[in-house]
Amino acid sequence: MQLAKVIGNVVVTRKDENLAGVTLLVLQPLATDGSKIGRTLVAVDAMGAGVGETVFFVRGKEASFPFHPTEVPADAGVVGIVDHWHVG
Amino acid sequence: MQLARVVGTVVASQKHPKFEGAKLLLVQPTTVDDRPQGVPLLAVDSVGAGVSEKVLIVIEGRAAGEALGRKGAPVDAAIIGIVDHVDVVE
Repeated sequence: MQLAKVIGNVVVTRKDENLAGVTLLVLQPLATDGSKIGRTLVAVDAMGAGVGETVFFVRGKEASFPFHPTEVPADAGVVGIVDHWHVG
Repeated sequence: MQLARVVGTVVASQKHPKFEGAKLLLVQPTTVDDRPQGVPLLAVDSVGAGVSEKVLIVIEGRAAGEALGRKGAPVDAAIIGIVDHVDVVE
């Protein structure tokens, strides 16, 4: 899993039927000091996260597990909303 | 998932049987502000995307196979939606 900031939404009307009702968020991965690191990505949201929140997300097929038994075609998903983190 | 722009189509007469009838498109991954990022990919399309459309793609084998509706298909990228718009706050 990785830390990220939610920086936007993606609106997709015509899509895979198993994505119906699933929120799509734009994430900016974060380094442990809170700075941006790496490329932005789009993730499915299993937590009700919103723009501006810090979250953690999982990569891979596991991103679809919260939506079981629906086979959501996802490769990244928000699985937690971070209250705060501490390094060292 | 990644945002991408459909830049072309691919026709291949000889392909693995699991690709039979599947539409193959050439997509260029982009940043949220629509600049090309990384190398162009071949993605299977099951939502009816066309050239120049902005799309959402998965780059992961099993998710791509599910989008195609075929388990065990030798694919690693699929178009799963056509993007209406992206709202980014920053």
